This record gives sequence, C-alpha cells and structure tokens, in this order.
Amino acid sequence: MILRGFVLILAVAGLYFALRHHGASDAVRATRVREPSLAPDFSLPNLKGQELELSSYRGKVVLLDFWATWCVPCREEIPHLVELQNKYRDQGLQIIGVSMDDGPEPVRDFYQTFKMNYPVVMGTARTGELYGGVLGLPIAFLIGRDGRINAKHIGATDVSVFEKEIVNLMRGGDGSNSRGS
Amino acid sequence: MNFSCKLCSGLLIVGAVSIVLTSAVLAYQAALIPSSRLISPDGLVEILKSAKSETPLMIQVGSHVLYTQAHIPNSEYIGPASSESGLQALRKRVEPLPRNTFIVLYCGCCPWSHCPNVKPADDALHAMGFTNVKVLYIASNFGADWVEKGYPVAKGD
Repeated sequence: MILRGFVLILAVAGLYFALRHHGASDAVRATRVREPSLAPDFSLPNLKGQELELSSYRGKVVLLDFWATWCVPCREEIPHLVELQNKYRDQGLQIIGVSMDDGPEPVRDFYQTFKMNYPVVMGTARTGELYGGVLGLPIAFLIGRDGRINAKHIGATDVSVFEKEIVNLMRGGDGSNSRGS
Repeated sequence: MNFSCKLCSGLLIVGAVSIVLTSAVLAYQAALIPSSRLISPDGLVEILKSAKSETPLMIQVGSHVLYTQAHIPNSEYIGPASSESGLQALRKRVEPLPRNTFIVLYCGCCPWSHCPNVKPADDALHAMGFTNVKVLYIASNFGADWVEKGYPVAKGD
C-alpha cells in the first residue's frame, strides 16, 4: 500500500513539474545588460510605512525583485530568495522586493507566512515605468555595487542563475554567467 | 507494521497528494480554459480596427498597478478575479447586460499557465449565462504580448 502510495505521489509530482516546466519555458527571458546604466532611484514605503531609498544600498549587490502575492511564479521564487539573502548577506547581498499588489495587507500576511528576511516596498505604476514598464511578473534586476543594472530577468528564474550572477558581481565581475544570456 | 503506523503513512500520502494536486490546479487553471473561448491579441486588434465588427466590452481582471501602466484603450479595470472582491465587482458590472453581450476578459499579469485571474472570471460570466465571452490569450505577459507588439495602449486610470 505504501509503495503504491509513493508511486502515485511520484506520478502526480511528475505531472506537476512537467506542467510547470512547459508553462514557464516560453515565458522566461533573461537579458544581460551590455552597457549597464544606473538603476533609477526611488523612495517607496516599506510594509511599516517607512521610506526606503534604493540609492542608500549603493556599495551592495542588489537583487530588485518585482513581484506580487497573487503571482504564482513569484510566490515560488520567494523561499529561494530568502535562502540567498541568508547565504550572502555578510558578503554584501541585499534583496529588495517591490510588491505590485494593489495594497499592503496581503503583502504583510505573506511576509509573515513566508518569513521573508529582506525589505519589501509597495511599488507604483510610476516605479514600473522607471524600470521600463513592469507589465508582467516576476521581473528581477540585478544591480552591482556601483548602482548599475547588470541583468534583467523576465519570468520565473532558476535560483542557480541568480546565484551565479550574484557571486560574480560580489567578486567584482559584470554579473554574466555561463549561459551567455 | 502496526495499525497506527499504517494509518500515519496513509494520512501522509493523502496529504502529500492533496498538496501537489491543489498546487497544480491553482497554478495552471488558465490552461484549462477551452481554446474555443480564447481570442488572440492580433485577432482582437483586427476586431477593434474593423468598423463592421461589434466592439466588445473589454475587462481587465488583473492588478491595478499593471493596468495603470498600460491597458487596452477603452477597457475597464475591475480588479483581480482571483479574489472574491474582484469577482463581486465583475458580477456587479455585467449583471444588467444582455447575456449575449460580446465581452473580452484579459489580464497579462503572468505567463498564461500561471495566471490566477482569467479562469475565475471566465467561469463567473459563464455561470451567469453569458454566451459570447472570449478570454485574451496572453502567452507571457501584457508587456511582451501586447505593448511590445505595438498594439494600441492607454495609460492611467
């Protein structure tokens, strides 16, 4: 009975991940920025209502993650981002979440539930426009210690891709990795 | 193996299967909309261009922040249909309309298979008896599949 149960779990899980791969494959785009430009600065309220200025993180490697609580691929990424923040905090990584939810309430609940360990601010349409239009989620920007955008990822991104780019940037590289994207 | 151990194993299996199935259904519900109820972006643009075609009532059922950045001109913002408040707003908006009204629903928040909003909206309208509803098939997101294609866009509320 137990064996049959595990076979059933494996079959369902296989279907789930097959669907997941199929659904995400045509949607993910990664762009290595050839001539990095300064990340547009912003000052936005965090979940406690305090203003967060992006430029105050100059000197750190910043992963700027546009997301929303209702966005399934965004939700799937969050635990991996939490791990990355834990792993590389002392080496100068700062992840900043920009929620594109319409209000902070669901974000606060989500923040607690998922034990998020990096600041989240409430984004606006203006913030999206500053970054070339955030017209689909998730979108992540990788910003070097000099404040310049080195990479843009549209759609769910494998954590290993983020990690390679982050490590490279922390070592003073340009954020590119072996994918050559 | 004693009875309690078998019971625990059984419950574990049932729980795990339930979690996986629930996640799968929630994540991929847009993919369950029959293709006969879909309309492509270029198909909708042709209708909007044509003087002879009936102009549909276009309703955005996603995020307001995304709508404010860019939306289809003359489309209306209703709110995320994945929430009960969004669904209520949708039902209230269409309630007085004839059931053969041509309605196009769209979102574009996420890749199609991950969109949590279009399927509940489509289901709600069909449950109300609407017979001429189409859902705009946006493969990746509204930016890539509409704005970057050069189709008409409006901004603001």
